[in-house]
This record gives sequence, C-alpha cells and structure tokens, in this order.
Amino acid sequence: MSRVFVAMSGGVDSSVAAALLAERGEDVVGVWMRLVPAGSQPDAPRCCGTDEAGEDARRAAGVLGIPFYALDYADVFGREVVGRFVDSYAGGETPNPCVSCNQHVKFEALMRDVVAKFGADRLATGHYARVEHGPRHRLLRAQDTAKDQSYALYMLGQRELARIEFPIGELPDKSMTRAIATRFGLPTAAKPDSMDICFIGGDYRTFVRERAPDAFAPGPVERADGTRIGEHGGIGTLTVGQRTGTGVATGERLYVLRLEPDRRAAVVGTREEISATTYQLRDVRFVADAPPAGRFRTEAVLRYRGTPLAGWVSVQADGATLELDTPALVAPGQAAVFYSGDEVIGGGVVSRIPAH
Amino acid sequence: MRRVYLDHAATTPVDPEVAEAMARVYRDVHGNASSIHAEGRAARALVDEARDQVAAAIGASPGEIVFTSGGTESDNLALRGVLKARRAERDGLVTVATEHHAVLDTAHDLAEHAHVRLTVLDVDRDGLIRPEAVAAAIDERTAIVSVMHANNEIGTVQPIAEIGALCRERGVTFHSDAVQSVGALDLDVRALPVDLLSLNAHKFYGPKGVGALYVRRGTRLATLQTGGGQEKGRRTGTENVAGIVGLGVAMRLAAARRASEAARLTALRERLIEGVLARVPDAVLTGHRTLRLPNSASFCFRGADGPSLVAALDLEGFAVSSGSACTSGDTQASAVLLALGLDEATAKGSLRLTLGRSTTREDIDALLDVLPAIVARVRGASAVTA
Repeated sequence: MSRVFVAMSGGVDSSVAAALLAERGEDVVGVWMRLVPAGSQPDAPRCCGTDEAGEDARRAAGVLGIPFYALDYADVFGREVVGRFVDSYAGGETPNPCVSCNQHVKFEALMRDVVAKFGADRLATGHYARVEHGPRHRLLRAQDTAKDQSYALYMLGQRELARIEFPIGELPDKSMTRAIATRFGLPTAAKPDSMDICFIGGDYRTFVRERAPDAFAPGPVERADGTRIGEHGGIGTLTVGQRTGTGVATGERLYVLRLEPDRRAAVVGTREEISATTYQLRDVRFVADAPPAGRFRTEAVLRYRGTPLAGWVSVQADGATLELDTPALVAPGQAAVFYSGDEVIGGGVVSRIPAH
Repeated sequence: MRRVYLDHAATTPVDPEVAEAMARVYRDVHGNASSIHAEGRAARALVDEARDQVAAAIGASPGEIVFTSGGTESDNLALRGVLKARRAERDGLVTVATEHHAVLDTAHDLAEHAHVRLTVLDVDRDGLIRPEAVAAAIDERTAIVSVMHANNEIGTVQPIAEIGALCRERGVTFHSDAVQSVGALDLDVRALPVDLLSLNAHKFYGPKGVGALYVRRGTRLATLQTGGGQEKGRRTGTENVAGIVGLGVAMRLAAARRASEAARLTALRERLIEGVLARVPDAVLTGHRTLRLPNSASFCFRGADGPSLVAALDLEGFAVSSGSACTSGDTQASAVLLALGLDEATAKGSLRLTLGRSTTREDIDALLDVLPAIVARVRGASAVTA
C-alpha cells in the first residue's frame, strides 16, 4: 500500500484532509511542522507552527488514529519565509509569504523529507486547490472558488504535483469542511480560519521595523514630475497601489505609483496617472515545466484573491514579460499567476525593474 | 504490524502480577490508610507491606522509605529538602552536567531563587565523573552532592560508592538519582554510602505516578509540602494505596529477576552495539563502553536527525527514542550529549535503544536489519537541509 503524509497545521482544513484520506483507506501519516523555535513567544497567536497548534494537530491525528510526528522546520521557515518577508519590504517590495512557504518549506523541504526520509509516496495538505493527475498533472482552482488558494501554489511543477493531494479542494464549500470535521469528531471543527500573515500577530510594520529599522527611515513623497509634496515614514510602511496616507491637502486621491528604495522616495499620483501595462517577472515557473508558447494569452492574477486581468506573457531566458491589456498598478514582490480559466499555467514574481 | 518495543528507559509495561495486585486494591480496598477503622487498617497494611518490599530490595529499613509521586518529586524532595534543612550551616550544592532535568533544573532554580551556591561539574567523553573532581568541588559549606547512578540517555554508570564515601568524610549529604538503575543494578544501601536515593516504579514494570525516596536514618530533610502529615510529615498527602502496592510488587519482582535479567540483557546489548557499529557507517556509541546499564545502547549518527530516525523506525514497527526524547518537533541537541564534548551535528543524530524483559534476540536482529537503510535515508535527506 502506498503511504501518504499529511501536513497538519492544527487547523480544520488539514485535519479534514487527513480524515478524508484515512476514510479512503489510505496509509495516512500526520506530520506537523514546527516553524518557530520551541518555547519562543510567537508574534502571532494563531501561527500554525507554534506549540499550541502542534497540540491541536496531534489531537486531531489522535482522533483519526493515525501516526503523527512533529518535525522541526524553524530554520528553513525563518530563513526562507520570515527573512525574505522582511528583506522584501526593506527593498521596497510587497512580499507574499504564503508563496515562499509553499515553495521553500512545504513543497521543498517537507516534500523532500517525506519522500527521502520516510519513504512516502505522496504529500497531502489542506490547501483549497485541485490537482488533476494524468500524463500531465494539472493544477486547478478549488471547487469553492471563494476559498481558492491556487494562486499561492503556482510554483508547483510536474515533479511536485505527481506526489501532491489536495483533498479539500474537491469540497464544494467551507461549511462542508466543517461538517466533515464534526462528523469525524475532530477537535478542530470550530477553529477559526487562519489569518493572512500567519506569523505576525499585530501590525506587519511593527514586525518589519524590529528586523529592518532602515526601512522605516523617512523619505520624500513626490509626484511623477519630481515635485516634493511631503514625507513618508519609511518605504517599509508603503505598498504600491495603496491610497497614500500622507495627508497632502491637494484634494486629489493619490496612490503609490512606485517606490525607489535607493533614495527612499515614494512616487504618488492620481488614478489617471496609472499608465503601466507591462511588468517584468522573475523566478518564472510553469506547471507543465514549460510554457504553452513563447508568447501566450492569459488571465493574470496579481495578488491573492485578485481579479484576473487579461494580457500577454512573453517568455525569456531569465524571466517573462507580462503585458496587460489595460493599465494596472501591481506591487513588486507579489506573484503574477497565469490562469487559463480555472487552470493554473504558471507564474512569477513581479520585479521592481521595469520591463525591457 | 509486529511492534518491537526498545524504549524501556522511557517506561516499561506494567507486569501482569503488578496490575493484578493493583486491580485487587481498586476492587477490594477502599479505605484511607490513615483511618482508624477496619477499612483504613486494611489499606495501611498494604502500604506497610509495600514499604517492606521496597526497603528489602535495597537493603534499607522500612522507616527509611518515603513514597512520592515519582522520580521527579523524589529528586525535588531530596535537593530542596536537604538544602532547606541545612541552610543555617551550609548552602552549597554540587551536581553534574549530565543529570536528569529533575535534578539539574531544580539545582538551577535553587541557585536562582534560594541563594544556593551551585557547582555543576563536567564529565569526560564517556559521561563519567571522577570522584576527585567531586572532592575538589566540595568545601566546608557544601550541603549536598547529587550524582545520578546511571544516566537515562547514555546509560553510563557513575562511581557513586566512591563519591558517597568522600561525601560522608566531609559531612556532606549525598543524593543519587537511581531512577534508571533500580531494578537493573544491584543497589544495597547497607554497603553503599548514599544518604538519599530516588526511584520510580514505572522504570521497572510498575505503575506510573508513584516512586519513592530512600532517606537514610539521621539524614536532615525538611518537608516541602504541608498538610495532613503522612509519611511522617516528609511527604504529606493521602497515600496512593494502589500505586504504592504496585511499586512494592514491582520492586520485589525486579529484585528476584535482577541477576539473571542483567546477564541476559547485557548479552543482547552487546549484540546490538556490535551490530550497529559494524553495519552503520560513522556510528558513534555514546556513553561508556562497559560501565553502562545492561539494557542501554545509545548512538549518534552524524548528519542524521534524531526525531526523524525515531519517526522512520516507528513507521517500521520499532519504538525507540532519541537522546533528546521529545515529541514537540524540536531538534535541539541534547545537553547530555553536548556535555560529552560531541559537536552539535553529531549530537543531533542521537538514537537510544533500551531493552527489557520482552526483548529477544530476534528483536535485535530485526532492528539491525532495518537500521542501516533508515540511517542512510535520513542522512541523505538531512544533508540537503544542512
């Protein structure tokens, strides 16, 4: 019999994923990832990598009667997720830590251990997304599109998908997940959903400030023509696309058009000044391991739960260019994910360097 | 799947005879051992009998046995009780870096909050403490020396007779945590100059949650708990009659089986140690090669991580533990292994295999069949992480 490991966070989704696989008669093993060092006080009360979450995961595994182990990934999480998060803000970008966690922690470090150390065949998680296994494995949006998390999984290639199961992605909606949890008597049935940035309890700015104080040095707020109209509290506090809270009394609604970390400047402008349609992407990945064509039409999603925007992707050796049909403000550091209907084709990270 | 239990240092299965004796108490004896009436006297008689059994097994007199909730409480009572009793004249505590947390954390707590002068001695690479090092650490204000008999992680057996003798010469109370060794090694307090000895029923086929502290007559020991005055005031609280009965029976059985079991387990242990060192590349035996518990084999596999080894072996049907016995997914290297002078990468790859009454030669051979491949797999995966 083939063995499947389930990454159990202590939340309801991954508990139900384990329950569904166990019910199918699979040889299921629960594994919980420690993400913050033992005994340390986490910033976030609901971080899935804390002792308390580990207890919840262990109890859920106990109810299901499956083997359960806790493994330590605090080093890789600290480096690849928290470290990148802070560096990204400090560099004038807006990171997506879920993407880093999926890419470097869950589907790289954990996947490798599950397969290499424990001889398992597959890894399941509680993500809302679907994998269609076949000669070419496809990554699809979850049945419940309102909960869909396929955006943060675009980096998965054929090698990973061959070994991945997302049992929750097949469920019609979240109430079904909770109903299944109740049916199995899982103690996690009524647990609240996790928050956006799992490892930060309060304001992300406080978190970044403690780790990268330089990103909180004040700098000029300028219009596109170079006119200085005020001062901001640090580029770590700003995200491209956000309404500025600089209190400039021009009566205009101003948005952050771009950040220039080298001189700590924030360039702002009106909605009408948003003219960019072309973005350079780095770290580009394709689910099929290769692009469908050198240049192809796509619907690009540019932030988590964002609306798809139509455009073209042109693939280059060192990345790709995204040309949107209509201008849009995209924050560098965010993932640009290419969809074709409900299917994820691939994606990349929006670069601060203008497209060439 | 057939399960092979090789984690007897963590705990042992309750002997059927022990379970039956305890079940009889729960069924038939409901009195409070302090009560005057017939029901109370029946309970008291059982507690007395257990006290006789424990005392007889270590050569003590029954009045020197104090029942507690287990090894941790016994260690706390010994250290805190002696330092509290002697505090007017002496305030020094000497112990060793490889002690169990029940001693070491208590010692640090006393140093931090009770103005106790603490000296923690280093061990050599085998985990041994030299008696001369203890002698050198003692001064005229040392109240107590605490050195464990046999180490829970590496099995090394300390020269407690020599250490006890030099403590006695200097008027220093000597405590030994014998939780791992009672039942496995010959311990007779008539010959051994030890004043206090901690023991714990579940390490020798008795129930969890009950233990004892041997307190040599004349040893000054203050009480820590206040209440109804049971155990001559040294450990107040209504007696856990069934647990105490279980401890007594387990102690009697252990004493009767000790000699033959020790010989049998030592032979199996040697087969295991030689097999692992021969079949697993770069395997390091931790602890002393010969001065170790008959049932304990412990290793480090550099480049592997202990918790993964334990999980992988569990999935193959083997219950074992890592030096840093832990379920919380924390891969910190064990302080005991670091105290031996092992580097962190080696110490993190620790594995402890502890044999017991049910262990057979087939069990050892079955483990030796799977271990090399598991270590190789875990090492291979870990190398990429590091």
